[in-house]
Amino acid sequence: MKEISELIIPSELRYTKDHEWAKKEGDRVRVGITDFAQDQLGDIVFVELPEVGTSFEQGEQFATVESVKAVSEVYMPVSGKVVEINESLVQSPEVVNSSPYEDGWFVVVEPGDISQMDSLMDKDAYLELLKGEES
Amino acid sequence: MLKEFTAQGTTSLVMEENLLWETSKKGRKGYSLPPCEVPEEEVEEKLKREDLPLPELSEVDVVRHYTRLSQWNFGVDTGTYPLGSCTMKYNPKINETIASKEEFTAVHPLLPSEMVQAPLRLMYHLEEMLKEITGMDGVTLQPAAGAHGEYTGIRIMYAYHKKKGRPRKKILIPDTAHGTNPASSAICGYDTVKIASNEQGILSPEEVERLMDEDTAGIMVTNPNTLGLFEENIKKISDIVHGKGGLVYCDGANLNALMGVVDLKKSGIDILHLNLHKTFSAPHGGGGPGSGPVCVTEELVDFLPVPRVEREGERYVLSSDYPDSIGRVHSFYGNFLVMVKAYCYILTMGRELKRATELAVLNANYLKECLKGVLHLPYDRTCMHECVFTDKGLLKYKVSTLDLAKRLIDYGFHPPTIYFPLVVHGAIMIEPTETESKENLDRFIWAIRKIVEESQTDPEVVKNAPHNTKVKRLDEVLAARKPCLTGY
Amino acid sequence: MRYLPHTPEEIEEMLETIGVGKLEDLFAPVGEECRRDRDLDLPGPMSELELTRHIEGLVRGSRTSHSLNSFLGAGNYQHYVPSIIPHLVLRSEFYTAYTPYQPEISQGTLQGIFEYQTMVCKLLGMEVSNASMYDGATSLVEALFMALRIKKKANTVAVSQAVHPHYREVIDTYFETRDANVLYLPYDRESGRTDLSSLAEVEGLAAVALQSPNFFGCIEDLDAASRVCKEMDALFVVSFTEPLAFGLFRPPGEFGADICCGEGQSLGIPQGFGGPSLGIFTTRMKYVRSMPGRLVGMTRDREGKRGFVLTLSTREQHIRREKATSNICSNQGLCALISAMYMATLGGQGLREVAGLCHNGASYVKTHLERMGYEAIFSSPFFNEFVVNFRGKGKEIYARLKERDIILGLSLERYYPELEDCYLMCVTETKTRAEMDSLIKEVSSC
Repeated sequence: MKEISELIIPSELRYTKDHEWAKKEGDRVRVGITDFAQDQLGDIVFVELPEVGTSFEQGEQFATVESVKAVSEVYMPVSGKVVEINESLVQSPEVVNSSPYEDGWFVVVEPGDISQMDSLMDKDAYLELLKGEES
Repeated sequence: MLKEFTAQGTTSLVMEENLLWETSKKGRKGYSLPPCEVPEEEVEEKLKREDLPLPELSEVDVVRHYTRLSQWNFGVDTGTYPLGSCTMKYNPKINETIASKEEFTAVHPLLPSEMVQAPLRLMYHLEEMLKEITGMDGVTLQPAAGAHGEYTGIRIMYAYHKKKGRPRKKILIPDTAHGTNPASSAICGYDTVKIASNEQGILSPEEVERLMDEDTAGIMVTNPNTLGLFEENIKKISDIVHGKGGLVYCDGANLNALMGVVDLKKSGIDILHLNLHKTFSAPHGGGGPGSGPVCVTEELVDFLPVPRVEREGERYVLSSDYPDSIGRVHSFYGNFLVMVKAYCYILTMGRELKRATELAVLNANYLKECLKGVLHLPYDRTCMHECVFTDKGLLKYKVSTLDLAKRLIDYGFHPPTIYFPLVVHGAIMIEPTETESKENLDRFIWAIRKIVEESQTDPEVVKNAPHNTKVKRLDEVLAARKPCLTGY
Repeated sequence: MRYLPHTPEEIEEMLETIGVGKLEDLFAPVGEECRRDRDLDLPGPMSELELTRHIEGLVRGSRTSHSLNSFLGAGNYQHYVPSIIPHLVLRSEFYTAYTPYQPEISQGTLQGIFEYQTMVCKLLGMEVSNASMYDGATSLVEALFMALRIKKKANTVAVSQAVHPHYREVIDTYFETRDANVLYLPYDRESGRTDLSSLAEVEGLAAVALQSPNFFGCIEDLDAASRVCKEMDALFVVSFTEPLAFGLFRPPGEFGADICCGEGQSLGIPQGFGGPSLGIFTTRMKYVRSMPGRLVGMTRDREGKRGFVLTLSTREQHIRREKATSNICSNQGLCALISAMYMATLGGQGLREVAGLCHNGASYVKTHLERMGYEAIFSSPFFNEFVVNFRGKGKEIYARLKERDIILGLSLERYYPELEDCYLMCVTETKTRAEMDSLIKEVSSC
């Protein structure tokens, strides 16, 4: 397990309390799980993604991530419709471990209300959350 | 007690062995059959099977194959197997001999009852004895394993509430419960509401009171719980649940701690399942077959599965004339040959079952006392038949519970249950059972001490364990990422 | 007591170490309100000799398949078990072990089950098998639940009336508390096969389940059923009670079954008064993550050596809890191992020969009964079971034969009231010509 100081937390992203990240890309949002999440899970063996076209509310579960001995639910940072899913995760789930913010993205959504991004944490707030969880 | 032992685990000549199809040679034959004495009948072409590509082996090939495979296994007969909540006690051989009698093995379940009085009589009397041991009023032997018994018991709960005209939606399940508990409830259609244990590691009546309502069918408890602690508030809790019209289900996997001491019905339990392959010495078989009888109070007897064994004077018959029964849960009557072994065990032990319980609890407390300076003990008080430690003492050496378990193998022990219950960090759940001698326990304690020492002086030997086994640590990540579930 | 190794001195020492005076003190947490009012009132304790005598008294007069000439089938079959199997399976490293949680010391069980999974797939023509379920009935229930999980928008399953009546009872028990519906499909009175015609109007169908050979012994038209399932976008589930049929007949996998499940008792497991038996469960790889039960997979250890582990465990109850694919934990592991030993011993050729003996014997008996005017009522091809109508004389014939230690078969009236005076008969490789002729002779003299 990494120390908090070793965790990668890119400053241009937004974060949720359940350790998802969201990245604004024009009028769309790309979603994945954070370095902390992948580190906690250990070697990821399977990712279950929704079908393109399905819609979710903010906070609703849209995916699951599995390691050998555990399953974690992944929740939507913003409400929206899934327009792209990362098919490469089917063959290579380990990419989530090695590249959680780049190649290991989960879905791209068309948000219903882009202002929901403002309700998410920025890098500093997320770091505070992690420090709080440690103690 | 700083006696030095030699490690029992050693290396030896352990034979390699192929997969069956790797040994297969076309034309080899391992069987014999009598010639056909009647005319041969052809099967129509479009239905006829073309080929059946199973391995072709001689009898010697098959015998060597499985003999070698067996040598790679660790069983209770090999050594101490303190797997928490599994009660790996000695499996008596007389039970195997008796269960092999043809009056038990070579019997069709649908023969007329007057021809099969032996199995029916055995089942009836086993039920009677289980009632006596548990204090309950009715028994079904149909469920084929503990989880199957849990489903059956929860299904009875459902039927009870339905008959009362007020089907309920939820069941309370402690955070320490075995995973089969919520899974069985979910199969029945219930939502599970998690109830946390208190700082003493047991359920508190106040918490039950807070969560129990008229939409809750009942509570599923395990007693003793998976921390090895007796649920001291069980009677109060049962009263609260009953007060709101609910029922109390007890997972009886840990009955080994209670025989001859506790009256389950008196403590407020309405439905209870047992594990004949745990408490009652039937072997575990490498993953079954088990047997999970369910015991109920008088009020619930009518809901028991059918058919039921009835006694009419000196004759025993099967009857399905129970309109409120939940129906069948098994194709026939359950795992009968497993019942035979439990029956033999109970007759062998008689009232000494209480002694077995006392010594099981003695063994666990002895281990707890001797290990509490070595491993971190979260609940430092009298335990029942098992005790649970955390990995707090190991983590400072960067050694995990898993590493400890693997190194124990080199010392000739099967590891205890690890990482369960989930509420304990890096849980190590040790259940010695009553069939382990003091010397075996002392050796186990010595081994744990050695390993904790090694964690400080030579941690690599612990982190890379086991060293003496046929295979070393296996890549479970690869197995999950690229599942290879058949050989050809 | 020979299973309790403690001497009085050792008990003293241990109590002292713990810091209590007597054993009773260890039960201090158990309050009065939970305590028994009296001592255990049980027979025994018995020595081995006493227990043996007791059992001998208990079994006296009880009948077995060996002392009877029985033509009973109906989901439990009398087959010959090669003598090496009891010897091998009673190696205590197999039967006194538990779930292979520590794979390094369980490679025997794990490789054994991996081989079982592989061979059962070959037998059934399927892609992946689990490590076993309790029996054929609960396997079928699990198959239906699995279909409902996969076809999320569907809420109905169709099950043939020609599936074993006990299996249908178990389905009813499990489905009564669930939101889904079970639709039972009638059978055709002439052929004995399932009538699929009513399926066309059904909405939200998750699965169609047939048994083949079915309860009447008839081989179902799996081609037709497979096509209907495709049209309805439902999963095609084929169940069985007699897997030896697939020594002779094309297996369900070849007809596109999505799930093939059933009872494996015929594969070397004793009749055992109905249990333990073996729930076989197989499916296609694309559905593997929805499959219930344990799975053994092949992998490598850190030195590159081949080894086996339990895998895809996140489907199971100890991880997924209420969202698991099933609640199953202990299954019928040792029985799966027995069936693997049986398949390894007989091989493809041996299974074909055993199946041939069964089929030929059944055909012989059927033919001779028909010559006496007792028709086999269904016209479909069969394996080793068939239904005979005894034209009002069934009870009399049954009783007369029973006096001569011959069991005619299973009376079907209580399961299918329309099949009055009909008996389900079964012939296996254990029947000699003399035994078959004895039945025929006794029936003809009624």
